[in-house]
Amino acid sequence: MQHQVTIEETGEQYRCGEQESLLVAMARSGRRGIPVGCRGGGCGVCKVEVTGGAFEKRVMSREHVSADDLACDRVLACRVFPRGDVSLKVLGGMHKAVCTSAGLRPGLQTKQKLNGGV
Amino acid sequence: MAMTGVLRPGHAQLRVLDLEEGVRHYRDVLGMVETGRDEQGRVYLKCWDERDHNSVILREADSAGIDFFAFKVLDEATLDQLEGDLQAYGLGTERIPAGELLETGERVRFTIPSGHQIELYAKKTQVGNGLQVLNPAPWTPASEKGIAPVRLDHCLLYGPNVAEVKKLFCEVLGFYLVERVLGPEGEGEAAIWLSCSHKVHDIAFVEHPEPGKLHHLSFLLESWEEVLRAGDILSMNKVPIDIGPTRHGITRGCTIYAWDPSGNRFETFMGGYQPYPDYEPTTWTFEGLGAGGGLDYPQRKLHETFLTVVT
Repeated sequence: MQHQVTIEETGEQYRCGEQESLLVAMARSGRRGIPVGCRGGGCGVCKVEVTGGAFEKRVMSREHVSADDLACDRVLACRVFPRGDVSLKVLGGMHKAVCTSAGLRPGLQTKQKLNGGV
Repeated sequence: MAMTGVLRPGHAQLRVLDLEEGVRHYRDVLGMVETGRDEQGRVYLKCWDERDHNSVILREADSAGIDFFAFKVLDEATLDQLEGDLQAYGLGTERIPAGELLETGERVRFTIPSGHQIELYAKKTQVGNGLQVLNPAPWTPASEKGIAPVRLDHCLLYGPNVAEVKKLFCEVLGFYLVERVLGPEGEGEAAIWLSCSHKVHDIAFVEHPEPGKLHHLSFLLESWEEVLRAGDILSMNKVPIDIGPTRHGITRGCTIYAWDPSGNRFETFMGGYQPYPDYEPTTWTFEGLGAGGGLDYPQRKLHETFLTVVT
């Protein structure tokens, strides 16, 4: 059974089956919006807040999702399986992925090159 | 080359979110041999061609990542010597009793400035690789199961204070610098590849603000054909792949990176070259990492997930 997923910030919509995670369905359907990381509940980059709709979830890292987060449906999209139409907001992962720092993270200039194909 | 002091990577203890899912991945997909389970519920595995009892230990936990990474040293006198050297250098060390890990002797544990726990040990039961030591056959049924790497080869860790980590590994533990990547403005070393042997890396570090992070554990294959076959097996089992199959400019390794069911990245790779301690280290600029093909030689580009996603 397929359900509709809506990313609130962008209005992006896609279909997601009950056996696939919100994240995998987004990537499969060529949509964007939720950062894609390890897809195993470990790295935390795909954190979202489910603002509406029923879902089931699998175990995910407590380092990235506190008990308080769980109680408020702030979860990792790679571990969430819809049981009805779902709407969500993207949380901090996106910022983490583009932040600049020491080390090998792509800086903003590099990010623009990546996105702009220069 | 005389192999003394620190010999090689010995074991890594990984945190997994679901133990049996983790075991299925490392045993049935990667093709490691399960060698034991302890009272804490930890599961022990080894690659088929490794002789010692275990190289990967899985512990079920509420977060993913690495608990500790260990090196085997030549003998107990070397262990005592290195423990003293670490203390003289100003590092606190702790002795973990023999048997705390199955079939493993006393371990000397210490925390390095990147926030990782590193261990040294001298003894681990040699269970063999399934081949007799007298007139052996070249391979066994275990070498044909799953991806079947021959050994745990190295790891890449993310954390702060890479310059201090390099000093510790080179000045106290006898490692040498093989390759490095400079920072975006040409300052400092953003990433280092260190060897205690004839390998291009036994351990590597990337500068990163969060301490104690795992980028990947790496497993060695013997041919490019086997790396491509690993890609097939990963895809057949719907294992999410990060990058590859491709070749790094850095170390010249031919590789695939993917994630285990808890999001811990692992590598299946072959190749590289055989450095000696007197070689001048190879330097990559930050531009060289991307446009120069340091990370991905055929594509000459950066991969954002590869650089930023860690557990």
